[in-house]
Amino acid sequence: MIIEHPLLGPRDAAEFTYLGDAAMIHRPDWQAEDALAQFTTYGYLRDNPAGPHRELWFHEQGDRSWLVVTRDTTTHEITDVQLARDVARAEGRSK
Amino acid sequence: MSYSGFRVIKEALTGHRGWGPAWRTPDPKAEYDFVIIGGGGHGLATAHYLAKEFGKSRIAVIEKGWIGGGNVGRNTTIIRSNYLLDGNEPFYEMSLKLWEGLEQDLNYNAMVSQRGILNLIHSDAQRDAFVRRGNAMMLNGADADLLSTEDILKRYPFLNVNNARFPIKGGLAQHRGGTVRHDAVAWGYARAADRRGVDIIQNCEVTGFRIENGKCLGVETSRGFIGAGKVAACVAGSSGRLMEKAGMRLPIESHVLQAFVTEGLKPVFPGVVTFGAGHFYCSQSDKGGLVFGGDIDGYNSYAQRGNLPVVEDVCEGGMAIFPMLGRVRLLRMWGGIMDMSMDGSPIIDRTHIDGLYFNGGWCYGGFKATPASGMAYAHLLATDRPHETATAYRFDRFETGRMIDEKGMGNQPNLH
Repeated sequence: MIIEHPLLGPRDAAEFTYLGDAAMIHRPDWQAEDALAQFTTYGYLRDNPAGPHRELWFHEQGDRSWLVVTRDTTTHEITDVQLARDVARAEGRSK
Repeated sequence: MSYSGFRVIKEALTGHRGWGPAWRTPDPKAEYDFVIIGGGGHGLATAHYLAKEFGKSRIAVIEKGWIGGGNVGRNTTIIRSNYLLDGNEPFYEMSLKLWEGLEQDLNYNAMVSQRGILNLIHSDAQRDAFVRRGNAMMLNGADADLLSTEDILKRYPFLNVNNARFPIKGGLAQHRGGTVRHDAVAWGYARAADRRGVDIIQNCEVTGFRIENGKCLGVETSRGFIGAGKVAACVAGSSGRLMEKAGMRLPIESHVLQAFVTEGLKPVFPGVVTFGAGHFYCSQSDKGGLVFGGDIDGYNSYAQRGNLPVVEDVCEGGMAIFPMLGRVRLLRMWGGIMDMSMDGSPIIDRTHIDGLYFNGGWCYGGFKATPASGMAYAHLLATDRPHETATAYRFDRFETGRMIDEKGMGNQPNLH
């Protein structure tokens, strides 16, 4: 697989480390009333879709940036790649 | 019709006209007591033990494609019970005992071959870990044998024990481990279940569940609605895709695992050997090909094919322990989809929906578990209580902190 890095262009997937579902950007609030239930869901349950999947890849052998890659899990076709930083900011995670 | 040596001779003398199909092709009935989704090894074994051990009838196994076309026909055929943790080892040891009596039980030649499995040791720390594992195995009634490098060389003279980075310092052997003809496992269970009246319905895809007031009443399929007293999901690899139809999210990711076979050779590789410093395992099939595999590709996938970097990684592992592999041509490679669970161990449990049961999360260790998985799942379906060896395989273990994490990797499915 080739991942089209937003800053570095096309890079071999072997340069990256895979973490998993990009929903992990949304870490629950540890002070919430139901924080335990939220963290159980966050830590252990996954959508695991057959089809387009937004997922976190770390460019470990490159510029060490985190990417959000949208990839079809039935064909391995990659349709979108963004810096995770930009995604997290757009979704209100970090200032 | 029982299979026997006498029968083979009789058929040989009469032109092989009396064999007939090994199982029927029934149309689905309107309703069953038990509907098992998934005609793989585990589903067919569940049906067999439900009928045989628990005396149940009105059982159907429904399968999207043809039986045995999924992971039971894609694995590397290894059986063993060399686990460490109490939640796992009694279960896998029961499985190995069931393998030992499988062919007589099913009246089917599954080519169970207890040629032994050997886990190689490459460092002092690893020897300590394997001694501990061997002791845990023996405490649970399994066999384990710590071998020296000299012992290993007697049986495997071609191993490179002096590799500069990964010298072989010994090994943990389980002599009762080995291999089984994987397709024959599916066929044998199918035939045995069919003979006890189980309907095996192929080319019948589940398209949804009929759930009313928190109770599962049956399944919608490509061949119409089938009512069921109890619905048993048993589709490891596709669990996410199936249980989504019941509105469930699982502690599972689907990953692709590749396997490989070389051209046929004369007998050269007597048992099963695993590399301790990387992820590689190898055995020789009765047809002569070296069958080997290694790590999963590492990203979510429902595509039954992998990518080349893992092929290279697996072959490097093989070359490190026996360089003769480099002179053999690779014949085929293929991929299967694994339910990678959050702690590397399976789930056999009821769901929060009444009448809907779940068996999955086998990671890449499902084949060796086939008989025990069928037995434990049948026990759960028949009695609504978990089998004594499968009490730890619960959905709620992630909430309660009772994970069964053999490798100590945490909730990172692609590292198990």
